[in-house]
Amino acid sequence: MINPRPLTGLSGTVPIISAFLYNNCMFQLFSKRLFLILLILALSSCKRETAPAVQTASQNVPLVPAYGDALIVGSIAEPSNLIPMLASDAPSQDVAGLVYNGLVKYDTDLSVIGDLAQSWDISKDGLVITFHLRKGVKWTDGVEFTADDVMFGYQTIISDKTPTAYSEDFKQVKKAEVLDKYTFRVTYEKPYAPALTSWGNLVVLPKHLLEGKDITKSPLTRDPMGMGPYKLTKWVSGQELVLDSNHDYFEGRPYIDRYVYRVIPDSATMFLELQTGGVDMMGLTPLQYIKQTNSQYFKDNFNKYRYPSFSYTYLGFNLKHPFFKDRRVRQAIAYAIDKQEILDVVLYGLGSVATGPYVPNTWPYNPNVKEYEYNPAKAKELLGEAGWKMGKDGVLEKDGRPFEFTILTNLGNSLRMNTATIIQWRLAKVGIKVHIRVLEFSTFINEFIDKRRFEAVILGWQIGLDPDQYDIWYSGKTKEKELNFVSYSNPEVDALLEKGRRTFDINERKKAYFRMQEILAEDLPYIFLYVPDSLTIVSSRFKGIKVSPIGITYNLPKWYVPKPLQRYHIEP
Amino acid sequence: MANNTLRGLFWRRFKRNKLAVAGGVIVVLLFLVALLAPVISPYNPDNIDRRHILEAPGPDHPFGTDDLGRDVLSRMIFGSRISLAVGFVAVGISTLLGMIVGALSGYYGGWSDRIAMRFIDIMLSIPTFFLILAVIAFIGSSIWNIMAVIGLTSWMGVARLVRAEFLSLKEREFVLAARAVGASDLRIIFRHVMINSMAPVLVSAILGVAGAVLVESALSFLGIGVQPPTPSWGNILTLGKDNIEIAWWLSVFPGLAILITVLGYNLLGEGIRDSIDPRLWGRE
Amino acid sequence: MLTYLIKRIFEMVPTLFGITLISFFIIHLAPGKPTDIFSELNPKITPEARERLNKYYGLDKPILVQYGIWLKKISTLDFGNSFSSDHRPVIEKIWDRKQPLLQRRLFVTFMINLLAMIIILLVAIPIGISSATHRNTFYDKITTTVVFIGFAIPSFWLALLLMILFGVHLHWLPIAGLKSMNFDSLPLSGKIWDVGRHLMLPLFVSAFGGLAADSRFMRSSMLEVIRQDYINVARAKGLPERTVIYRHAFRNALLPIITLLGLSVGGLIGGSVIFENIFGIPGMGQLFYMSVMTRDYPMVMCILTIGAVLTLLGNLLADIGYMLADPRIRAR
Repeated sequence: MINPRPLTGLSGTVPIISAFLYNNCMFQLFSKRLFLILLILALSSCKRETAPAVQTASQNVPLVPAYGDALIVGSIAEPSNLIPMLASDAPSQDVAGLVYNGLVKYDTDLSVIGDLAQSWDISKDGLVITFHLRKGVKWTDGVEFTADDVMFGYQTIISDKTPTAYSEDFKQVKKAEVLDKYTFRVTYEKPYAPALTSWGNLVVLPKHLLEGKDITKSPLTRDPMGMGPYKLTKWVSGQELVLDSNHDYFEGRPYIDRYVYRVIPDSATMFLELQTGGVDMMGLTPLQYIKQTNSQYFKDNFNKYRYPSFSYTYLGFNLKHPFFKDRRVRQAIAYAIDKQEILDVVLYGLGSVATGPYVPNTWPYNPNVKEYEYNPAKAKELLGEAGWKMGKDGVLEKDGRPFEFTILTNLGNSLRMNTATIIQWRLAKVGIKVHIRVLEFSTFINEFIDKRRFEAVILGWQIGLDPDQYDIWYSGKTKEKELNFVSYSNPEVDALLEKGRRTFDINERKKAYFRMQEILAEDLPYIFLYVPDSLTIVSSRFKGIKVSPIGITYNLPKWYVPKPLQRYHIEP
Repeated sequence: MANNTLRGLFWRRFKRNKLAVAGGVIVVLLFLVALLAPVISPYNPDNIDRRHILEAPGPDHPFGTDDLGRDVLSRMIFGSRISLAVGFVAVGISTLLGMIVGALSGYYGGWSDRIAMRFIDIMLSIPTFFLILAVIAFIGSSIWNIMAVIGLTSWMGVARLVRAEFLSLKEREFVLAARAVGASDLRIIFRHVMINSMAPVLVSAILGVAGAVLVESALSFLGIGVQPPTPSWGNILTLGKDNIEIAWWLSVFPGLAILITVLGYNLLGEGIRDSIDPRLWGRE
Repeated sequence: MLTYLIKRIFEMVPTLFGITLISFFIIHLAPGKPTDIFSELNPKITPEARERLNKYYGLDKPILVQYGIWLKKISTLDFGNSFSSDHRPVIEKIWDRKQPLLQRRLFVTFMINLLAMIIILLVAIPIGISSATHRNTFYDKITTTVVFIGFAIPSFWLALLLMILFGVHLHWLPIAGLKSMNFDSLPLSGKIWDVGRHLMLPLFVSAFGGLAADSRFMRSSMLEVIRQDYINVARAKGLPERTVIYRHAFRNALLPIITLLGLSVGGLIGGSVIFENIFGIPGMGQLFYMSVMTRDYPMVMCILTIGAVLTLLGNLLADIGYMLADPRIRAR
């Protein structure tokens, strides 16, 4: 589950450690976990919404949707596996999201709407969900999609033989039944708040192609077969994946005939490709957004989109380490770091300061937790209380041991690298010597995070819209490869996490999560650093793009290029 | 030996070669910069300054600032130490290793020679950069690892050179004479033959430094070289790459620094080679 | 001559052997066993796959036996399956028979290096000769400086500057990849032109960097030759200088270049890592870099070994070329 995965707009079932903050930020079409309850999001008041850049040349063209043309999306990395439940890297999710559908999905107002499910009933106690599926939907090979496919997907994801990171939500299901060809029912043991939203695009698989086969070896991992808006027609390793539109898509044929997912491992090259027309859409770094895309050329040819992401970056401590066991030390470090400085320098202000594990302007976010303003004097004082004395060479000492530790972070993310550098610089001023080590992402996760071989890390979480963060904070989730890798343990938090996921009452949940944030702000297992904005640029010939709280690609099948502006002619 | 006149001849020839002298000056300057880094750099190279992010070159920051507001000139001055250290340590390793292998195989000949030469063939047929990349990635990229790996993968040239010199020198009178008076093999190798083969080794070492500087910058560029925030020209350049259209100074200055340094070593090395090569003397 | 050839090929066997030994040693450099990251840490690995891997590397056996097993496997070009998520046989990832040539990584790298080498020769030899015949003139100094700049300029830096100039500002050349979007619909001539345009910058960068060695070598080789007695004799006979240089000196001076060419194969192949990365060319170098970064051991071992074998073949070809060109050896 913790594979390199750029931030996508909405998270998967499980929080994802994100590797690349800025690469192809928002290309996930459908989220996997949705809310159970309608949310009221304060996004309308969000000042960070940005109107697309001014359109000039193309403005004279009448905006008439037309079929045709190709969208070329740039990506740093290549998908690994196109069966959604087997892959957790963003490239795979990006592409698989165009090929497969879920039972439900989010609407732009963050409400849950049907996707393959036409409607659903929920029992009064919330324990039973009955999905009524769309009729007449066909897999691209012509076989009809039925409830058996959902059942098959469900059985596959909970099977021990399936190496998936997403089984947790489905293990809460007590009973799953196919009532008839178009009706699927699940029953939960206990109330489970994220239940409905978990039926996103993970679990619908073509039973007729996969039954009785080893899913990990299926040809579908490289050549998927779904019923989504696009179907994969070509995959040239290391170069590109070509998807052509599914003319029989149940929501109507997508306007754009071809979607090309181009793999360009070097971000500078990708940015140059954008300018030469080799790429139509990519994620931008804050620097590219602020400084490199303001010329007349960019204004004429591209639109930029900026929206808050559901993710945050943090400095996490190994709480088993003798230095960091002491809460005063963690608080001292928080006082010694200037979060605003990091936000200004690293993100150019394109984001906000994080105060806890939720992002501002969402309902679980508690704006009134303890904050640590930049105060090196206070930091020194707290360190002194904890027994650290200034040594000879300007480094603090305790029992003859200098205060020296290493921050690990992943390769290829200049934002995190810069964050680490700033922290190193600030901590040096209070007498803490910091080393920085940059590791390739999968090595970092597999050998250092999973093995708990670290002192401190800078990483990011991509969080779900549902506030359930049981996996991250619950004291029992500290075993190897589990996500509470900092070994945080607080009985009160454990109780609040349990309470939050076992009720459907939004006010009850809110109360639990608000209290949890207060405790986390006091305990500081992480120092929550910043919430970055998602920054995407798209060639201005593409019309019909609408920014929403869930990003821009949710309506990709409705994007179009007016006939006169079409660049590529795709032979049928 | 007519060492004095030889030396004089060398100097006269060397000084006439303007490019070689220029190369020498560059190398000496580089040494001075690295040595005096803390004295001459205008700022602390790690000093982050949010008010001066990506500032173009100006009176305050002659080479501009980087994306954390650090002074590029200061970082480059400190970066010269990395270049110098990588170059010299790596070449030190490769030269030493090459001399030992070359001397032993050249002096003793026979089986040891055949084995050594075959081993050199093998090392030469593995694409060096592949080898370096693989090893660094497997064992981790500290500056010491980089030096060691570059050194251990580039000794073959020196070994061949020293061996060739040995083959031609060992039958010369002065070696035979030494042997006749009962000097031990080791003594002969080091006191007599080695000293006479120093000149070509020196040239190849100087050229080797140039190569090592380039390899280090390439590794840094690929993200597995000297790790930031330690400044090295290679990693400043990587930063420059990402910002090339808005911050030309981040790529132009370190790029030029590498270029000039490598050029300096090359011109110096070639100049020395030309000046000591007696075969080229006749024509003037 | 035939005997020489046979002897030469025979000599390659221990070298080949040594290459595999070094490659094998490198697998064992990594901390822990090569399967560690795979079996213990990767949640996606099934026990069966672990079994397969143990079987492939024979990791339960003594190290010498392991080496023997590995050697036997690779002698049939079985380098195992990639550790990356596609789990394809690594050999197929660099040479996929089902794909057209341009989509086989090994071919792409090979083609680019061959072209670069031809360009280097075509440019370096005339430069070397003319700077030898004009030794210590202004012309000599200029060419010396230019070829040295070529050597000293970091290739990735030059590549970037050129991409910006020709791709972004002038819009003359594409900056990445090997072919355009509409490649498949082009006629053959259009396809060649398209690939050619994509290759222009990478070839220039690659060739510019390689110029120095060859042209300097040619220069000193030429200087050596024109000092020889027979050249003086030729001059004394009153032959025009051009004839002396091009008829007599040139051919003899060319000989050592052939050897150098063989030796430079390794450097060129190694260099492909850098420019294939920058220019997004789907060759072996790009794959090697990706494999190294993700610790895809079988892939790394395969490319390392194949790169070495290619270099070895380059050396052999150079020797044969040398033999064909040198009458003294031919006579043997």
